[in-house]
Amino acid sequence: MLVLDQLGKTYANGVRALDAVSLALPLGEIVAVVGGSGCGKSTLLRLVSGLDRPTDGTVRLDGEAIAAPHEKIGMVFQEPRLLPWLTVADNVGFGLAALPSGERRDRVAAQLARVGLADKAGVWPRELSGGQAQRVALARALVGRPEVLLLDEPFSALDAFTRADLQDHLLDLWHDAEPTLVVVTHDVDEAIALADRIVVMRPRPGRVAAEIAVELPRPRDRDSAAWDAAKRRVLAALDDAREGRGGARPAEAGAALWW
Amino acid sequence: MGSDAAIPVTETTASGRPRARAGGAARRWRAAALGLVVPVVAAVGWELAVVAGLSDGRLVPPPSRIAETFTELAATGELARHTAATSLRVAAGFGIGALAGTLFGAVAGYSTLARTLVDPTLQALRAIPSIAWVPLFILWLGIFEASKVALIAVGVFFPVYLGVLGAIAAVDRKIVEVGRIFRLSGPAMVRRILLPAVLPSYVVALRAGLGLGWMFVVAAEFMGAGEGLGYLLVDGQQLGKPAQIVAAIVAFAILGKTTDWLLVAATAPFLRWQDVVAHQEAT
Repeated sequence: MLVLDQLGKTYANGVRALDAVSLALPLGEIVAVVGGSGCGKSTLLRLVSGLDRPTDGTVRLDGEAIAAPHEKIGMVFQEPRLLPWLTVADNVGFGLAALPSGERRDRVAAQLARVGLADKAGVWPRELSGGQAQRVALARALVGRPEVLLLDEPFSALDAFTRADLQDHLLDLWHDAEPTLVVVTHDVDEAIALADRIVVMRPRPGRVAAEIAVELPRPRDRDSAAWDAAKRRVLAALDDAREGRGGARPAEAGAALWW
Repeated sequence: MGSDAAIPVTETTASGRPRARAGGAARRWRAAALGLVVPVVAAVGWELAVVAGLSDGRLVPPPSRIAETFTELAATGELARHTAATSLRVAAGFGIGALAGTLFGAVAGYSTLARTLVDPTLQALRAIPSIAWVPLFILWLGIFEASKVALIAVGVFFPVYLGVLGAIAAVDRKIVEVGRIFRLSGPAMVRRILLPAVLPSYVVALRAGLGLGWMFVVAAEFMGAGEGLGYLLVDGQQLGKPAQIVAAIVAFAILGKTTDWLLVAATAPFLRWQDVVAHQEAT
């Protein structure tokens, strides 16, 4: 169980990026976080990953407070962030340095096969396409068998076909160990394709505006009426959040008048 | 997957590389040959001028006389002895200077506290012309090898220190976060992320340091040495043997270029991951 309790973050420059975000994610749940830019989505992931520390509130994984990167929490960034001086296989095995080399090799090979890149084990990252590189990044995060995998707009830099492909692929990989997934995205279709629950965020400061359960059966049909209905609900919630309607605080009303 | 067909990078690189390499080799040979035109024409021209009696070539010896001196020195074993003495000094000074520069650069680059503590002092020391240390080094370390090696080490230290420090400061934060996500300790972060990331600039810094090492060995040998190529220079000046001076200069050129090439060749295997174009330019 991953629990965010009253999480808030004020950056050194005084910007209040996140305010009182509380969420509870049981093991194996897939949650998508959507919202416009500047609503604290990435900040939220950075706090959960332990890369940044919250100004107030706590992140707890199975009761353990997270204040620094944790071995049970993996992360996939918007860019692949592969290390260019390591081969694909060494990139995937980067976090397994503590394992004996034989076991490391086996796990890397198995994980590379799972992302369909077994034949790329020995090549340099520069020789990969964007989609391949991001799959290597996924393999690098998954090979450590995290309980929680955080994905920060992982497919946003890819073309539409590759993106849909990788979304299906991610769900397939999720079945291997069924970790908790937190996917930050600005793509509503991606959220519906992946998530059990969609958290819609509101900007300035970033807060949770709505939570929408996605109860479509899997595999999900992108052309179904139920998909469209879910999409309309998410878009409506996003629109509400953008307008600042419902739950707008007096201070915000003043701010809105000001500009 | 269909998506991957869109960018068949690997196929192109894999099949295109041998051809590109063969073409590149031919181009490099031609470029090297072209680069030889000016010195060869100048040398042959001067030789002909001396043969024709336009100059006696006493102060500016023609290539044949330099080659004669060179082979004479080589035949008597003098050249080997002086070259070995000079190379050992450079090797020791470069080793110490590069090691210290790397350590200080890495620590100061990694830790803000260390940088704040150490960098201002080192920058102030860097502003001192290194030759100014010579009298002090002689008082401290004597007139023999130790003071010479120390002077070379000082010359090598600063470019290496600055190169490592600057390169570490320029490492992409995004790559460092990958290391943080995998919970690397401080030393592991330096070894597994920072040093590989700075390696290309590090090699450049080492080459600059090595160049200065060869420069400072001459200064060190000028201040009194019984052997070494710098001694040959001084000896040639005092006894009026310009051919010997030029022979020693030629030896310096050959040694400097060879050691630089060795350094590049030794580090090339670690830089294979760089893009091929940049890699070819480096060699």
